Amino acid sequence: MQQPVTPTANEAPGTPATAVGKATVELKKVSKSYGDEWERQEVIRDITMVLKAGELTAVVGPSGCGKTTLVNLVAGFEKPDTGEILLNGKRITGPGHDRMVVFQETALLPWLTAYKNVIFGPNLRGDMPRAEVKKEANRLLEKVGLGEFKDKYPLHLSGGMQRRAELAQAMINRPLLLIMDEPFRGLDAMTRELMQEFFSRLFEENRRTNLFVTSEIEEAIFVADRLVVLSNRPTTIREIIDINLPRPRTFEMLSSPEAYGYKRQALEILHEEALKSFNRSGDQADFVEAYSKRMG
Amino acid sequence: MSERVADTSGMDTVQPPPTGLRLAWYRARRSVKTPTPYLMVFGVALWLVTYSLLTEILKVPRFEKIPGPIEVITEWLSPDPAWGMSLFTEAYLINIYVSCRRILIAFGIATGIGVPLGLFMGWSKRFRDYSFPILETLRPIPILAWVPLAIIMFSGFETPILFLATLASLFVTTLNTLLGVDSIDESYFRAAGCLGSKPRHVFWHVVLPGAMPFIFTGLQISVGVAWFSLVAAEMISGDYGLGYMIMDSYMINTYVSMVMAMITLGFVGWATSAMVRAVGNRMMQWRIRALALEGR
Repeated sequence: MQQPVTPTANEAPGTPATAVGKATVELKKVSKSYGDEWERQEVIRDITMVLKAGELTAVVGPSGCGKTTLVNLVAGFEKPDTGEILLNGKRITGPGHDRMVVFQETALLPWLTAYKNVIFGPNLRGDMPRAEVKKEANRLLEKVGLGEFKDKYPLHLSGGMQRRAELAQAMINRPLLLIMDEPFRGLDAMTRELMQEFFSRLFEENRRTNLFVTSEIEEAIFVADRLVVLSNRPTTIREIIDINLPRPRTFEMLSSPEAYGYKRQALEILHEEALKSFNRSGDQADFVEAYSKRMG
Repeated sequence: MSERVADTSGMDTVQPPPTGLRLAWYRARRSVKTPTPYLMVFGVALWLVTYSLLTEILKVPRFEKIPGPIEVITEWLSPDPAWGMSLFTEAYLINIYVSCRRILIAFGIATGIGVPLGLFMGWSKRFRDYSFPILETLRPIPILAWVPLAIIMFSGFETPILFLATLASLFVTTLNTLLGVDSIDESYFRAAGCLGSKPRHVFWHVVLPGAMPFIFTGLQISVGVAWFSLVAAEMISGDYGLGYMIMDSYMINTYVSMVMAMITLGFVGWATSAMVRAVGNRMMQWRIRALALEGR
C-alpha cells in the first residue's frame, strides 16, 4: 500500500466545521482510592484541572501513578470518591459515546472486521441512518489509510493499523472529547513516529478536545497544547506547562530550545518524584526508569 | 510532511488464496515436503508391528490371548466373519449407528443447555451466585456414581444412557463456557460501553463471541467425555451400541469383535472431535487468520 495517509482537509464533505462539537471538561477536587478500608490505597488526591475546549491536554507522570485511573474516571468507567467531573457543565456519571477512549492495548473487537468495528457503535445506537453510517465509515477508513484493509480482522492488522482503525472507530461517533490512554504504546519506534505525526494532523484539523495520557515526555510535548505533570501516588498535579510550539507540529520542533526547556522542566519534576518514591519504598525500577529518561 | 510508507508492505500483493480442492492439493503438496506425514506413517507402522509381534508372531505370554492386528483387520474386512461382526454385517453397523445417534442427542442437549447456562453464569453475577455452588458440587461426582440413580429414575435402556452422557457433557460445557466469559478482556466491555452498548448488546456482541474460543475447546473435551460416559453406560445397561458390543463380545469370548469395537470407538471419537473443531474454526475465522499469520 503506497497511498499517503495524510488526513484530508475537512471532517466531512458538506459538514461545516462547527458540526464538530467540543467539550470543556472540569475536574473539581477529584479523589479516588482503592482497596479495603483498613488498607486504603490513595491513587488520586484532589485533582482540579480544566480540559479546555479544542485543546490537547497531555498528561505525563511517573510509572504506576494514577494515569489510567484518571482516564477511567473521565471516561466514566469508574466514579470518583469525592469531587466531580463536569463535561460542558454536566456531571459525568457513566461511560457515554460523547467521550471516546482509545485504549492502551487495542480494544477493537477481534471478531469484527475493521469496517464492522467502525460501524458497530452508531448502528448499535441507531442514532444515524445506516446509509450515512456506511458512507462515513468508508470515508474515515479511507482517511486513516485502511481503505483496502477494511474487511480484515484486527488480529490480521499491524499494530499501527489497529490504532488507526481505532481512531476511525472513535471519530465516527463525533465525540466531544477524545481520551487517549497511552495510545501508541507497544508500537515500534518508526510506526510510533508516523502515528504521532498522523495523529497531530488529525487533531489540528478539527481540534477536538483531547486528553492524551502517555509516559513519553517527547511524545507529550509533540502533541500537546498543555502538559500536565503528575506526582507519585497519591497523584496530584505537580505542574502545568503551556506548550507554545507552532502548529502544524513537526519533529524538528522538538529540537528547538523551547521544546528542550519544556522537556527539562518536566524531567526535573519526574526525576524528583521518582527519587521520592525510591527513598520511600526502595523501588529501584522507578529510579532506574527515571534515571534513564533523564539521560536519554 | 515527508513521504510515508504504510507499515503494511507485503500484504495482499500476491494472487488470491486458492480455495476448496485446490487449497487441499496445495496443502498436500506442501506437507509431503515436511517430515510430518512420514513420521506419522512411521509411528503407526511401529505401533502395528510391535502389537503384531507381541500377539501374533512371538505370542508373548499374557499377550497371546489378545487378537493381533492382522486377525482383527482380516475379520473386519471379511464379508463372512468368523466371530459374527465385520464391516459387512448389519449388527456391527447398527452398533455404530446407535452409539453415534446417542452421542448426537446427548451432546446436542448438553450443548443446547450448557452453552447458554455458562454464558448467563458468566454474564450475570447474580445468576452465577445462585448456581455456581450447585454446579461445583454436582460436577465432581463421577459419572459412574450416577448409574444406579439413572436406572432408578428412568425406565428402559435408552433414557438412562442418554441421561448419563448428557450429564457428563453438560458439566464440561457449562464450566468451559463460564471460564470463556471470564477470559474476555475487560477492555472489550469498556469499549462496548463507551460506544453506547446496552446490556443485551454486550451479551450478543462481546460475551458470546468472546467466549467462543473457550466454548469450542470445551465442546471438544465434552464430546470426548460424552463418549466416555456413553460407553460406560452401554456396558452396564445397554442393548446395542459400541460399549455394549465390547461387553457382549467379552462375555461370549469373541475377543476379535471386542478389539474391533475398541478401535472403532477410537476412530469415531476422533471423527466427532474433528467435526467439532471444524465447526469451531468455521465460526471463528477471525482467530484462524490470526493464528495463521503468527505461524508465518
